[in-house]
Amino acid sequence: MKEKLTPVWLLAQRELRDQFRDWRILFPLIVLTLLFPPLMNAGAGAAVSFMNNYGGDLILDRLVPFSILIIGFFPVTVSLVVALESFVGEKERGTIEPLLGTPFLDWQLYLGKLLVGIFFPLAASYLAIGLYLFMVSKQDLALPPVHQLVQLLTLTAAHAVLMVSGAIAISTQSTSVRAANLLASFIVMPVAFLIQGESVLLFWGNDQVLWLAVIAVLILAALLIRVGLAHFQREYLLGREIDSFKFKWIWQTFKGAFIGESYSPFKWYQVQVVGMLRKLKRPLLLIVVITIFGSIASYQWTTSMIPADFSAVTQEDIDEALDQFQFAAGLPSDDVDISFGFIFLHNIQAVLMMLFFGLFSFGVLGELAFSVNIGVLGGLMAVLNALGLPVWTLFTAGILPHGIFEIPAIIFAGAGILYFGAIMVTPDPTKTMGEVFIHAVADWFKIGVGVIFPLLLIAALIETFITPKILLSIMQ
Amino acid sequence: MIHIENLSKKFNDFLAVDNVTLDVKPGQILALLGQNGAGKTTTIRMLTGLLRPTQGRAEVAGYDVEKESTQVRASVGVLTEHHGLYLRMTAVEYLDFFGKVYRLSDDARMKRINHLLEYFGLVEASHRRIGEYSKGMKQKLALARSLIHEPPALLLDEPTSAMDPESARLVRDEIASLRSSQRAIVICTHNLAEAEALADQIAIIYRGRILIRGKLAELKERVLGPAEYEVSFSKKWDNKSLKPPAGVEIVARGSRSIRFRSEQPQKNNPLLLKILSMKEAPVLTLQEVPRSLEQVYLKTMSDAGGALLQ
Repeated sequence: MKEKLTPVWLLAQRELRDQFRDWRILFPLIVLTLLFPPLMNAGAGAAVSFMNNYGGDLILDRLVPFSILIIGFFPVTVSLVVALESFVGEKERGTIEPLLGTPFLDWQLYLGKLLVGIFFPLAASYLAIGLYLFMVSKQDLALPPVHQLVQLLTLTAAHAVLMVSGAIAISTQSTSVRAANLLASFIVMPVAFLIQGESVLLFWGNDQVLWLAVIAVLILAALLIRVGLAHFQREYLLGREIDSFKFKWIWQTFKGAFIGESYSPFKWYQVQVVGMLRKLKRPLLLIVVITIFGSIASYQWTTSMIPADFSAVTQEDIDEALDQFQFAAGLPSDDVDISFGFIFLHNIQAVLMMLFFGLFSFGVLGELAFSVNIGVLGGLMAVLNALGLPVWTLFTAGILPHGIFEIPAIIFAGAGILYFGAIMVTPDPTKTMGEVFIHAVADWFKIGVGVIFPLLLIAALIETFITPKILLSIMQ
Repeated sequence: MIHIENLSKKFNDFLAVDNVTLDVKPGQILALLGQNGAGKTTTIRMLTGLLRPTQGRAEVAGYDVEKESTQVRASVGVLTEHHGLYLRMTAVEYLDFFGKVYRLSDDARMKRINHLLEYFGLVEASHRRIGEYSKGMKQKLALARSLIHEPPALLLDEPTSAMDPESARLVRDEIASLRSSQRAIVICTHNLAEAEALADQIAIIYRGRILIRGKLAELKERVLGPAEYEVSFSKKWDNKSLKPPAGVEIVARGSRSIRFRSEQPQKNNPLLLKILSMKEAPVLTLQEVPRSLEQVYLKTMSDAGGALLQ
């Protein structure tokens, strides 16, 4: 193993030496590392005196950890610059070909570049945090507890890994540094949202949830590394010269993957859809397991959250809770006319949202959206049970008639997203990353058009015309 | 050493290299000539394992370029069209990095670096940043990099492109001195004089296809026909009545010279001289009419429908 890792370190060492000699990297790093902590410290000091005048101890407690999060993040942004130009920059300078012509293995090249992108900015980031903590210790402010500090340092490292792995994946797929910089918005914006979300969690003060956020960011970073490695091709780095958006090519590639060799709808269904269903065996099994355990867990959790003395709950509380539930589940408000078209389009929208979120997160956020759907179902059952209503009767009469079609449709959609994620992280030397992406989307749409949409159509018809009648007859 | 068999490379619908077959033995230098975009660099990149062939196969130093690309990369020295040097490093640091990449021991690496720096006359500049080097020095350093691991196969893509004549001459001399019985060298170039001076074998590639290949003399014979000789006279001499011996065909007659083709020059040329002497012709010189690789190249390209002579 050591022998295999030596080239990785060798490459990283060379690049680090190069970076130490590049003022364009050194200057912002030094400024962000040395200038930002005193600025933040002064800002926090002013905020503390303000809070001391008006109270607000809770916010005060969170101010130092929040500052650490921000101070740690700024030097890490430099990692984006380093990583974005790692491959494509060398290509532009003409230095990539001699490097690719050496016996380095693909993963060694990739990992070497990854290490360099992370190491230097992260070291600067930790230095800045250390400097800030030193300043805080010299004032009357309380230092954050060790476990929180560990959490924040891990989170900072996770940000660096996430940004660098994303930037390197972009760098291997771009044909110019300019194109890579333009594509960087796909990293900067999500990470900015992520920092906002993490700040909210920090101020909320729920450590457990913040740890989950750390794990989620690390999983996403690991997936990004895997995707980058899976689709890293020396040939691709040298082959393409111009970035252009070819609608015709995209459409033809999609059409080719979607239709295949089929010459009739029947043949298409038989070959493409049934073929895809066969490929979905494992994801389906996994999703069914998630569905069963997810709904049970959600049922248990909701039940545990409902106060024991449920009779004390007023109708107003119930209405408010139902409103919140409706909003959280993305259900329509009461004044919307629930027609067949509405139900069908709403369900289509739900599965397409799952696909949309899955596309940008290798299936992770898509599965999260799926889990929310399942969680809502389990939660609803728990609430109905707490209200003293006959859960199983209501389930059998109010959900099952259309659920027989709707739930499998959602399960298929979830399995499709899982399959998409798996395809994206699997190496395929015969295709470019773009081709793999288009083929994987086409695979999802085979299931969508062939199975999910028809099932949702039937489900919407039943939900509109049959379920209400069954439910009414039971209620009466 | 380098064996290419029906090698093809397609980029989407574009056939960059079409069914190329070549063979370069140890001790030989092959010059691959062709227009820009003819497929030279693509061929070199396939030989270094950087591009996967669409069809056919190639072996470099006994390794299959597709199946054993890592071993191939370890066995070739490549000089790319752009030198590809890290400008913030010094020559010693640069060669040391590549020496480590090729897993040379510390001792062997230092010996090799010192030897190469001396060989290419870079000792004095060895601790200066490469960014401060002249074009010729950079190209020599790039050549030193490609030789650091003493590769059995050397692939040189436009080694003197965009260089001033003096620097180009220096690099050309270095390449000539690299010829050894253990090493096969392929040079891609536009510089026909360079190819003529260095190569044992010439191959002309056009739109991905090898149009012609062989030793220079063979190519001249094949493309331009048999060699022509010229006898020049010191003064005007009427040669209309001159009858050449069998096997000699006079192709042009002038008052001060005649030009002829000879089937067996060793036998027929002295015969012709004898006849001229008998006729008291004022013979001044007899020499082969010089024919350059440029003529071979232009004629070949013209025949192939290339734009050069159209």
